[in-house]
Amino acid sequence: MNISVPAKDVKIELKNVHKRFGQKVVLHDLALTVPKGKSLVVIGGSGSGKSVMLKCILGIIRPEKGSIKVDGKDVTRLSTTDREKTLTKFGMLFQNAALFDSLPVWENVAFGLIQGRNMKRKDAKEIAIEKLGQVGLTTDIGDLYPAELSGGMQKRVGLARAIATDPEIIFFDEPTTGLDPIMADVINDLIVNSVQKLGATALSITHDMASARKIADYIAMIYKGEIIWAGTRDEVDNSGNEYVDQFIHGRADGPIKMDVLKP
Amino acid sequence: MNPLAIIGNVVIAALGETGRLSVFTWKAITHILRPPFYWRLIGEQMMRIGYFSLPVVALTAFFTGGVLALQVYYGSDQFNSESIVATIVALGITRELGPVLGGLMVAGRAAAAIAAELGTMRVTEQIDALSTLSTNPFKYLVVPRVVAAVITLPALVFIGDVIGIFGGFVVGTQTLDFNAGVYIKTTVDFLELDDLTSGLIKSSVFGFIIAMMGCYQGFHSRGGAQGVGRATTNAVVNSSILILAANYVMTSLFFSS
Repeated sequence: MNISVPAKDVKIELKNVHKRFGQKVVLHDLALTVPKGKSLVVIGGSGSGKSVMLKCILGIIRPEKGSIKVDGKDVTRLSTTDREKTLTKFGMLFQNAALFDSLPVWENVAFGLIQGRNMKRKDAKEIAIEKLGQVGLTTDIGDLYPAELSGGMQKRVGLARAIATDPEIIFFDEPTTGLDPIMADVINDLIVNSVQKLGATALSITHDMASARKIADYIAMIYKGEIIWAGTRDEVDNSGNEYVDQFIHGRADGPIKMDVLKP
Repeated sequence: MNPLAIIGNVVIAALGETGRLSVFTWKAITHILRPPFYWRLIGEQMMRIGYFSLPVVALTAFFTGGVLALQVYYGSDQFNSESIVATIVALGITRELGPVLGGLMVAGRAAAAIAAELGTMRVTEQIDALSTLSTNPFKYLVVPRVVAAVITLPALVFIGDVIGIFGGFVVGTQTLDFNAGVYIKTTVDFLELDDLTSGLIKSSVFGFIIAMMGCYQGFHSRGGAQGVGRATTNAVVNSSILILAANYVMTSLFFSS
């Protein structure tokens, strides 16, 4: 099951991707197409392989089998230098923001510009302050350290860092996890606005359906390391797939069994 | 469980760990030689590993020099001990005690700090974040720490040598009533450049071991706070053992002829 778009409109393409850790199979024959300039949200339960899939695309984890193409180029066996070059296309918002706690906020946002693009610190700081403004944070936040910020503010700084280099592709790893519903909606709005403004391709993973409905053009569901359904956001409610139905309605009963001891 | 299976599992685990550490070390060495070079980070790490370890190394050296003087005095012919005490303190500190105790002190301080910092960065995905920002974590995190430790440990140990000899001098002249001039002359006469350089070469190797173990354990930290704690303990224990083992090998090489 995959999203069908013309070859010229494909930004990222995963085919037959396999990954295991010891005896545990995490990705099994995974296939997924991410259309250029669109926002695809992958939904799925905890431990279904969502984060590993993202890390495989980024080259942080190497799959045992299969191909992952970005702009038609296989990125699974790149040299360190080529991988670093390919990663300049990417921005990523991590689940817990993953801000560098030894650096002030502005330097976190400007990191990709200073280290990745050799920009002067003064120029990079100006851009960082501008990006912080785009995510609704004031200039004075720039001199604080991540530990001094609330969870929602850290997420926004993480988003500012993800968009600081104007990337072609942005990954969002559980962007609303751990946030209250109002802050989650604020983050969703910021994601939609940022992606639209950049014209970027977005790939998000989440189990928050409210977030998925808001930020997605396309939705795919991963289960036991395999994409079992994919379609447009509007099709998700009539997917005809009992796994998807159970997941989007959050039902305990259904084909997806949780490893929970019954009282 | 079958005892042979237990032994087999332990051997396989040990070989696996050795292999991973060797690959990690090789990667670190190759990255040291290739740009980009993060000079500012190397400077920062030299301050953290070297400068901030100075008080603990200085105190250790001073008291070690003093204790050595007392032990040699009480353990030798006390009527003819002036030259023996000065000679043994100087040789003992520069050849062995300075580099080894200095290395162990820095291992306790710096290897733990490196493993804790990198371990926390690992479990909070900060190391993954570096990769997504087109920055090689090896170059950005490992190389500055290794270079800084290799450079600063000899400097630290040299200062420790001077303070250790001074500790022996203070005890010798103030407690054992040695003549200060004779003590200094004996020290200068018996101490050779090779004694000093062998200790400094050793300390440079110890610096490499400390930084590598701290970085390796931090990089491979897993499982939240407990994993970071385990990485920190392993970094200190493993680097201390490796320092002692490497010291034996280097002493055999330097002084066998």
